Amino acid sequence: MMAKVGSMINPYVIHPATILEKIREAEDINTYRLQLVEEGTRQLFRFQAGQFNMVYQFGVGEVAISIVSDPDEPQILDHTIRTVGRVTKAIADLQPGEALGIRGPFGEGWPLEEAKGRNVLIVTGGLGCAPVVGAIEYIFRRRAQYGSIKILHGVKTPHDLLYRERFDHWRRAPDTEVLLTSDQPDKTWRYHIGVVTELFEGVTIDPAKTIVLMCGPEIMMRLGVPILMRRGIPATAVYVSLERHMECGIGLCGHCQMGPYFLCKDGPVMRYDRVEQWLGRTGV
Amino acid sequence: MSESEAQRQRPRLAVVKFASCDGCQLSILNLEEDLLAIGQALDIAYFPEASSDMKPGPYDITLVEGSITTAEDAHRILAVRQETKALITIGACATAGGIQALRNWADVESFKQTVYPSPEYIQSLSTSTPISEHVHVDFELWGCPIDKHQLLRVITDLVIGVQPRLPGDSVCLECKRRGNVCVLVAKGIPCLGPVTRTGCGAICPGMGRDCYGCFGPCEGERKGPGLPPNTDSLATRFHQELQLIPVEVVRRFRGINGSVSPFRTESEIWEKKT
Amino acid sequence: MGTASETHAVLPTTDFQRLLEALSMKGYRVVGPTVREGSVVWETIRQVSDLPIGWRDQQEPGRYRLEHTGSNDIFGVVHGPQSLKPFAFAPREPLLQIERSKNGFTTSSTFPQSEKVAVIGARACDLAGLAVQDRIFLEDAYRDPYYAARREGLFLVAVNCTRSLTTCFCASMETGPRVSRGFDLALTEVDDSFLVEAGSEAGRDLLSGLSLPPASEDLIGEAGSRIEACARNQVRRLDLARLPQALYEAHEHARWDEVAGRCLACTNCTMVCPTCFCHTIEETPDLSHQQSTHVRLWDSCFSQQHGYIHGKNIRPTIKDRYRMWLTHKLASWIDQFGTSGCVGCGRCITWCPVGIDLTEELPALLTSGVQSSIANQQVGDP
Repeated sequence: MMAKVGSMINPYVIHPATILEKIREAEDINTYRLQLVEEGTRQLFRFQAGQFNMVYQFGVGEVAISIVSDPDEPQILDHTIRTVGRVTKAIADLQPGEALGIRGPFGEGWPLEEAKGRNVLIVTGGLGCAPVVGAIEYIFRRRAQYGSIKILHGVKTPHDLLYRERFDHWRRAPDTEVLLTSDQPDKTWRYHIGVVTELFEGVTIDPAKTIVLMCGPEIMMRLGVPILMRRGIPATAVYVSLERHMECGIGLCGHCQMGPYFLCKDGPVMRYDRVEQWLGRTGV
Repeated sequence: MSESEAQRQRPRLAVVKFASCDGCQLSILNLEEDLLAIGQALDIAYFPEASSDMKPGPYDITLVEGSITTAEDAHRILAVRQETKALITIGACATAGGIQALRNWADVESFKQTVYPSPEYIQSLSTSTPISEHVHVDFELWGCPIDKHQLLRVITDLVIGVQPRLPGDSVCLECKRRGNVCVLVAKGIPCLGPVTRTGCGAICPGMGRDCYGCFGPCEGERKGPGLPPNTDSLATRFHQELQLIPVEVVRRFRGINGSVSPFRTESEIWEKKT
Repeated sequence: MGTASETHAVLPTTDFQRLLEALSMKGYRVVGPTVREGSVVWETIRQVSDLPIGWRDQQEPGRYRLEHTGSNDIFGVVHGPQSLKPFAFAPREPLLQIERSKNGFTTSSTFPQSEKVAVIGARACDLAGLAVQDRIFLEDAYRDPYYAARREGLFLVAVNCTRSLTTCFCASMETGPRVSRGFDLALTEVDDSFLVEAGSEAGRDLLSGLSLPPASEDLIGEAGSRIEACARNQVRRLDLARLPQALYEAHEHARWDEVAGRCLACTNCTMVCPTCFCHTIEETPDLSHQQSTHVRLWDSCFSQQHGYIHGKNIRPTIKDRYRMWLTHKLASWIDQFGTSGCVGCGRCITWCPVGIDLTEELPALLTSGVQSSIANQQVGDP
């Protein structure tokens, strides 16, 4: 993936990628299916679930976005992008056939190897669930290698529920539970009412066999993980995906620090016991 | 696409003036070869300072220079707003009221009596106010005058359809990047750089002079205690270590952007100590 | 290695020009401290008289003054605002030139031109700072090729300090005042001569070309005792014994509010720090949207965008930012790189426009202060 310059590898080089498809997930969320333009780069590109790329829009800048497609098909790269800032707003105007830039892959992804043979409890909150959707899809493509799957997903309003068809699809799979909740429901809502941590009461957990993947607001992790720990799950079996400002992706620009960690290279997925003391600290 | 069609599709630019010295408009003309590129990317439809060929609106981008100091101008800015998609203020007058906002602390009637033989013909407001107090402003360029590179950057972003963004850091950040020696620390002169917005290229400290805050407070207006810029601490330093008496501290903060907080509030605090 | 007199040579002050010429002959652009605007800055020099002969600096919190002493000392000025940082980690480094093309765009790396630069007058703290930056930019998971290209061409002529400023605390940080590693040549100015020693193959090569007489044991002894006296004279110190943990535990200390009342968040401390490495990328397209440049600029944890994440700022207040800086510099840096981020040069004390002194802040933060009850609940063992 890295461009060679003499004997030097330049981790800053941006590689063009064509948008093959643009899939609308919600009003302000799109999934871009990308293919690297340069043949050599495309052949060498490998990634792990939960890793991210720096995605570049010409003349505007870069933004860190997790790769949600399957690592076994590294020639196609899916990125689900929510329109929130000036770079993502510019990206939202792009259409299939146009180009984005890619630099990566970076960071530590989900522990999907370690999770093999174990029950997987997935806890997500709000709109930030795209990084974990890639992990769920990964597990379902290799379903026999994993134990039971429980997906607990909380949204503020029913309008915030994305991937509705996927949740329905997963719900129908064997040995799989999907529980949804909204804390500001409307009349159409037929699932739980409340915050996502309340869903813990409704699931049976075998603490010795379970690994937890969490993605969403930090407050959900801070309040949710102690509940799971009281049910016997060790902090070392809980993985959380964290978010900070990232510019370089290679641990040099200094923006993504959380305590002693650079989330771009030590994360974005971190084992809970390593970050416990930093979560919820003001200004960290 | 024929040439004429391409011409028609170029975004239309207008440049209008209120109470100001024209220096910011001159910064546009000083873009020199980049001005030619602007002329290709945009249809410069209305720019009386540069051309007598003044085409009517509506416009895509309007650059507004100057502050509102007369009832007539307060009315005219409403029409300017209606005629344009994006309204960009250029310079301290349009963005913050300018040096003429010093009148906000003074008696304008007595000025008129002193200056004009027939003061009854002068119809001006008792205040000078920024454009944003009258109409919605899409983007503000600071400076007295503006920095032409910042202007070019904002126009480029607008032409390609990207939300403009400029840094709100202190002048010190750019001053140190350029390898200047700090005039406050090494010469003991009361530089406003630590609380002033970057964008000028730190030209005054680069010439051994103190920054006088012509780009306004860094990071914008202070919204609460503990947020930058910390004018209180800097003013205290000016007084205690650099031996400025309170009226000199007032004058430091009450300059080109004196009517913008926290510069305004800081000058008012020190005025009470004089 | 032979005896001290075989590895140490003596260069009379009157012959200093020979050193500059020898470096020029080897193809180096020679850079040294020069007087400018009431301080010294690095500039290309051609003759000894370009150096700040007879000048001396007085530094204290928020104040720097040069005074002319009338002496013939070449290196009476300890240091100015710049460390060695800008030589390898450039304040403004163009990274890429990106051009529109049929398949989207093509990028080309805009590497700095390789240049041989000899820097005369680097101090022990400067070398220690450069070593910290080497660790970050060259010895971590990714090697930064722009930094590497600039770093490769540096030839460092260090000067041992024989005078301490009131702001110096390198002795307590164990980084100075004697240079111990990372130099090509080291000089000690003793009255009208220089004790010269080589610290690298390139340094030995240059030194042998100068054919200098060996230094006497007396000169070596005198130089050593002046450096030791310099260390003893330092009035400031930092005690890192309980770090990093003690500073992590001080997260809710009332002192942070107090220092935030004084701090301007102006970024000066981070800009003059020899080790601060934060940077940002600036993307600048041309008006026709056919070309764009990707430039790296020094950034700071005191800047607005540093803690920005879509729609909110993790560190909106000055308290948040000062705490981020000091905690990183003195505590989390140790976890990240196995070394402190502070080398004891004292620049952040001098060049702070309001004179905030980290050697005062750290002890205050480490004495038990008013802590909020929330903090006590949140801060557990690591």
